[in-house]
Amino acid sequence: MSSSQMSRGECGTEPGLRAHADPRVRRRGVPAPARTWAVAASAALLATALAGCGSDSEQEPSAGSPAEFKGRGPITLATGKDTTRTIQGQLDRWNKSHPDEKVTLVELPESADQQRQQFIQNAQTRSDAYTVLNLDPIWVAEFAANQWVDQLPADKFPLDKMLPAVVKTGQYFNKQYAIPYNTNAGLLFYREDLLDKAGAKPPTTWKEMKETCAKVAELPEGKGVDCYAGQFDKYEGLTVNFSEAVASAGGTVVDARGKATVDTPAAKQGLRFLAEGFKDGTFPKESSTFQEEDGRRAFQSGKLVFHRQWPYQWALAGAKDGSSKVAGKFGVAPLPGLEGPGTSSLGGLDLAVSKFAKNKATALDFIKFFSNEANARTNLKASSAAPPYTDLYDDPELRKQFPYLDTLKTSLTNATPRPAVVQYGDATAAIQESAAAALNGSTSVDAALAEMQRNLSAAIAEK
Amino acid sequence: MTALTSAAPQPDAAPRPARTLRRAGTGRLAAALLSPTLLVLGLVAAYPVLAAFRLSFQVSSESIDPQTGFKVTTTSYGLDNYAAVFTGERFLRPWWNTTSFALVSVAIEVLIGVAMALVMHRAFRGRGLVRAAILVPWAIPTAISGLLWKWIFNSQGVANELLGAKVLWSSEGFQAWLSVVIADTWKTAPFIGLLVLAGLQIIPGELYEAARVDGASPWRAFWRITLPLVRPALVVAVLFRLLDVLRMFDLPYVLVGPRKHSVETLSMIAFQEMTNLRFGTAAAYATVLFLYIAAVSFAFVKLFGADLIGRGTGRPE
Repeated sequence: MSSSQMSRGECGTEPGLRAHADPRVRRRGVPAPARTWAVAASAALLATALAGCGSDSEQEPSAGSPAEFKGRGPITLATGKDTTRTIQGQLDRWNKSHPDEKVTLVELPESADQQRQQFIQNAQTRSDAYTVLNLDPIWVAEFAANQWVDQLPADKFPLDKMLPAVVKTGQYFNKQYAIPYNTNAGLLFYREDLLDKAGAKPPTTWKEMKETCAKVAELPEGKGVDCYAGQFDKYEGLTVNFSEAVASAGGTVVDARGKATVDTPAAKQGLRFLAEGFKDGTFPKESSTFQEEDGRRAFQSGKLVFHRQWPYQWALAGAKDGSSKVAGKFGVAPLPGLEGPGTSSLGGLDLAVSKFAKNKATALDFIKFFSNEANARTNLKASSAAPPYTDLYDDPELRKQFPYLDTLKTSLTNATPRPAVVQYGDATAAIQESAAAALNGSTSVDAALAEMQRNLSAAIAEK
Repeated sequence: MTALTSAAPQPDAAPRPARTLRRAGTGRLAAALLSPTLLVLGLVAAYPVLAAFRLSFQVSSESIDPQTGFKVTTTSYGLDNYAAVFTGERFLRPWWNTTSFALVSVAIEVLIGVAMALVMHRAFRGRGLVRAAILVPWAIPTAISGLLWKWIFNSQGVANELLGAKVLWSSEGFQAWLSVVIADTWKTAPFIGLLVLAGLQIIPGELYEAARVDGASPWRAFWRITLPLVRPALVVAVLFRLLDVLRMFDLPYVLVGPRKHSVETLSMIAFQEMTNLRFGTAAAYATVLFLYIAAVSFAFVKLFGADLIGRGTGRPE
């Protein structure tokens, strides 16, 4: 899950204006216009502090030589906040058996955007402070293209034991730059009790879903319950939901050769599903402002029949402490599509090695250890992070603890990564811009996609 | 110093060299005493601004090597970044948002802030409590108050509950703009209140007594005594607020979100460009904002008197 939450990096913080504009510190006797200018300028100059954070982003082009992994010794792992304390436990185990190659945990902020900013700052100063980077899959292309991370020897990792779609998230130009650490895919949460009463099965197509909703609406219990919601606010979640709709209609956002393909009939049908959902009331109006947590609250208070959500909702919606009104009344299914089961977008985290780091041989061994199946199992149990390993989804013990694993496996098997674009920030902005316009009805589906195709192509070609 | 020498023309030339020499000596001492301050200011203020200014002329063009997929960047210097700022469709709307936020929220804040100051100035039981309570919003960090208001303006939040309506505050439109104005006013009206209160406290009570003796109504006393005498403090407060709002970033970013055109400000665009690693255009946007703020504050200071920055020596009364 890589919803971009608030992202206020160092550069975003408020420059302290008040400290500078004290009128009493001005010297007497300076001519009035000059004084005026002095105040105006010294106060306004703080506005530029924002840009002062930037640095020259010159990058000398070098040949794409396969990385060599030499040197052993202490390294660091830079990752988002270790909220469940499982990472430190795993590092302790590694450090015990590798006293000369200790790994230190560098905890970055929880927000994905702030993590990216720190990674980029680290790369631009060519610092060796971070050795192993835990990257959101959407950054892999950017980091690989800028040569901030090294190409990894794919044959040294058990990638064949992992879900193929997940392995792909670590690739750029058919080369492996990152190894999956965990993954994530969307599921269709549905109200089992209402579907049973209406005599319906979990839908596999959008049409079936709407029909089921119509049946539920006729039930006395179905009063005031809306049909479906996803993450439709204008943020990363919209890119995820739009990409899923396009893929579920059989289309792609960016094709295998890296070209934008959103002006196709399939993409039109995908976006039409979303736009018409708002128009005909299948999606509640307020869901146009929904991020993950808004939708979860709506589902948990019984206001939705269907909800597209990440697996984390399972435990929270099933809580029996009274916080969820739908505990024990819901199930999960793969996402529906146009003519059959739909296709989910992928979340998760991938491990990469910083180009500017030292002791890369240790880094490689550590990634092998850190991403191994035993650790993936621990992570699933501790923080319900979906493992990249195929086997774990069929493990009876784990299935007992996480009954949705079977469905999640189906969803992950059919999933597609989000577009691998170097300027991902621009690409996702282009997608959100046009998709949001189509969803709120200010632009027609066709016009929105034509515009998106233009802007997405420009973001991919990038000047 | 130059002002003083030029302001006082010397009738005879004889004593002049001596005076200049003495002055030069004092000047050197002053410069020596000020130099640490200037050095720090140069490092933390002048250097970043100049670096950003230089950066704003640095034009990068990027392409992807079709074989390796690696990014190839070439940089040159030119005006392209500024051309991109003014020809792109992403300037007018943020500029207008920035300006309208400044005009509307500062106007409302002045009204409420002055009212708050008048209340705080009165002697009544529990005055300390009221003063503390009024200042609470100002003490909360903007990002936190942004989050608080985000909850209030949530589609299932308190605002909709109280209004009995289903307003989608965080979606594009006037309501999103309004939510930022409301949250900003809530947060910063106390600031104006505080500065105006300081101004109120130095007005001698005799003036009001005299006004009462002369039979002036409280309303007249407010217009003829309170407002003119509190004006210097009020003007400073408004200038600070104007500068503050014109570079507003955190509140709309947290409360409504990035890339929502109804509330996007120039600072947000600069930030957006920077996160996409286009430091040149980011610096160009920031420089344009810098000049705009400088122009606005210059105009403001001109309009409302130079008293602001001098010590009452600027204009003959």
